[in-house]
Amino acid sequence: MTSLMPKISYREAVREAMREAMEHDERVFLMGEDVGYYGGCYAVSMGLIDQFGEARIIDTPLSESGFVGAGIGAALGGMRPIVEVMTVNFSLLALDQIVNNAATIRHMSGGQFSIPLVIRMATGAGRQLAAQHSHSLECWYAHVPGLKVLAPATVSDARYMLAMALQDPDPVVIFEHVMLYNEEAELLAADQVAAMDKAVIRRSGTDLTLIAYGGTLHKAISAAEQLAEKGVSAEVIDLRSLRPLDSKTLLESVSRTHRAVIVDEGWKTGSLAAEISAQLMEQAFWELDAPVQRVCSQEVPIPYPKHLEQASLPQVEDIIAAVRRLPGVL
Amino acid sequence: MPSFGADMQDGTLSQWLVSTGDRVARNDVIAIIETQKGAIDLEVFTSGIVSKLLVAAGERVAVGTPIALIDDGVITDSVATEEPPRPAVPVAQPIPESATQACLTRPSIVPPAPGQGRVRATPLARRLAAEQAVDLSAIKGSGPAGEILARDMLPAATAPAGTPPMDIPAMRHAISAAMSRSKREIPHYYLEQTINLQRAANWLAEYNQDKAPEDRLVLNALLHLAVARALQKSPELNGFYQQGQFVAAEEIHLGTAIAIRGGGLITPAIINADQLDLDEMMKQLLDLSYRVRNGGLRSSEMSLGSVTLSSMGDRGAEKVFGVIYPPQVAIIGLGTPELRPWVNDGKIEPGLLVSATLAADHRVSDGRQGARFLNHLNKILQKPERL
Repeated sequence: MTSLMPKISYREAVREAMREAMEHDERVFLMGEDVGYYGGCYAVSMGLIDQFGEARIIDTPLSESGFVGAGIGAALGGMRPIVEVMTVNFSLLALDQIVNNAATIRHMSGGQFSIPLVIRMATGAGRQLAAQHSHSLECWYAHVPGLKVLAPATVSDARYMLAMALQDPDPVVIFEHVMLYNEEAELLAADQVAAMDKAVIRRSGTDLTLIAYGGTLHKAISAAEQLAEKGVSAEVIDLRSLRPLDSKTLLESVSRTHRAVIVDEGWKTGSLAAEISAQLMEQAFWELDAPVQRVCSQEVPIPYPKHLEQASLPQVEDIIAAVRRLPGVL
Repeated sequence: MPSFGADMQDGTLSQWLVSTGDRVARNDVIAIIETQKGAIDLEVFTSGIVSKLLVAAGERVAVGTPIALIDDGVITDSVATEEPPRPAVPVAQPIPESATQACLTRPSIVPPAPGQGRVRATPLARRLAAEQAVDLSAIKGSGPAGEILARDMLPAATAPAGTPPMDIPAMRHAISAAMSRSKREIPHYYLEQTINLQRAANWLAEYNQDKAPEDRLVLNALLHLAVARALQKSPELNGFYQQGQFVAAEEIHLGTAIAIRGGGLITPAIINADQLDLDEMMKQLLDLSYRVRNGGLRSSEMSLGSVTLSSMGDRGAEKVFGVIYPPQVAIIGLGTPELRPWVNDGKIEPGLLVSATLAADHRVSDGRQGARFLNHLNKILQKPERL
């Protein structure tokens, strides 16, 4: 049955999600750098301006702080803005708006105001865009109470999680890994996609749990396939939501497999992988039959040359090497 | 749920003999526990008032699971109790270390203290060890630096919870687990000495001559008492190897192997066996064999054995090469006594000979000490009137 479904790309999935949102709710609009006539720097919003016009597809000046702040104001005023920030590196210019305003106003107003804002941004390395366009700073946002942070890693999640984020009364930050835009897959039906705050087991296994998200999910699945050839059964969990973390799914899985490897493109120090590792230690200590392993990026600014860029990122062979460090598995 | 032996993993609470509000004294039998070795009477380890029964009759729970709360009159600040908040403890009143939230028994294994000789085991392996009442220090780890992993624990431990395969009777499973562990972990050494029981047999015949049939002694009672007395001088054979070291038992609780009709065996302990006289030993043996067949073995008898005697009796084989019941460190074997030629003072004469063997843990004792024990046993049996 599913084979009849056409394959679409992750890029198209995000575009269709935005198109659907704008068709169904006139409060929804998109703004960001070059999202209109240029079609977005990753061509995600290509063509939307023809359908919705300049009033709803807004090209902004190069001022992240300015247009994210404008999005917050619009959300306060009753709109449902989608703000696109070109990459997470650039979003640092808007940190003040996101962390000091978007995340706090519900709290500081005693619940009188909320900010139903969705901020989309690209993250991650692999396209030789060098150290100012390639970092994975999702965990900075996952640190902040008042924000929800999503990382769709599949075409179907890219297609349906945006609508869930727009439904949320509070600010939601969505991270789209740059290496995912060209991924193609058959689209699931909307009701086959889990709620946005749930982690999903992408592959069942019994010997260990590989925990990944965004750009590392496919590497984790490839590693699990290679491990299966060696007789090792790896479960793969896609976090999907980085804040809140679906700790329950993680703990249940690790309580079955007794071993965990976390694959995170962020730097290891102070990473999301560190937080997950700590939670496993705190809440599943007596289930662990091996030290938790983390596979993260090298602690350097992401290099420009391709071989160095690849060497700095978590790769399938790094995941398998981490599994080899688990006593009693390989 | 207390452990009645290192091989016990869970037990079914078949019947409560007390109810909430009852006052119990230490060693009272308060429940009957169905184990792989049959129904065992559970003795309570503390005195107080039963404040809550946590496990219903018919429930099967893992060793270490609290099954009841007993209010021993000592205020505890344990967070595990479900009781309402109690008045603050006056500062001057010390909280005794024994203040207990009163599960009926402590897990018999605590993780070894950090520092010297620390066992390297994963948290999961430690949890399984506590549940199985297994001594981690006695386990050989399969991790890269010898760390103990979950897979190094008893096979049953890592298998999904549930009953063992139906084609293996539960007792066979328990024996298998304990004996596999013994052979895996304990470096056994074996000694044998032939002992002439002729004097003992003659003395016994004389002793029994004018006794009513029910008061007569059998040779096996005399052998049990002799073994228990001989152990008084061999503390290195009587005790437990736990957490990487030997702990001598203060008393001699002689486990006695009793075969069960239809297969299997059980080794209930004769408590303070060396302190008995011959008549008492005889009564104990009769009582034990009756209760093995008819139920009523007590939990202390199942868990306290500090050394084991496997005596073949009249219809067995010539020699016994025993397998130590962990965490004990020795098992004494007595074959079937037989009339055979014996050289005495240059002349061959008939003698009732028995093969006395010792299988002992080489981590704890050496052959010389083992031989001293067998020699001492021989001496005792040559002067049966002194028993």
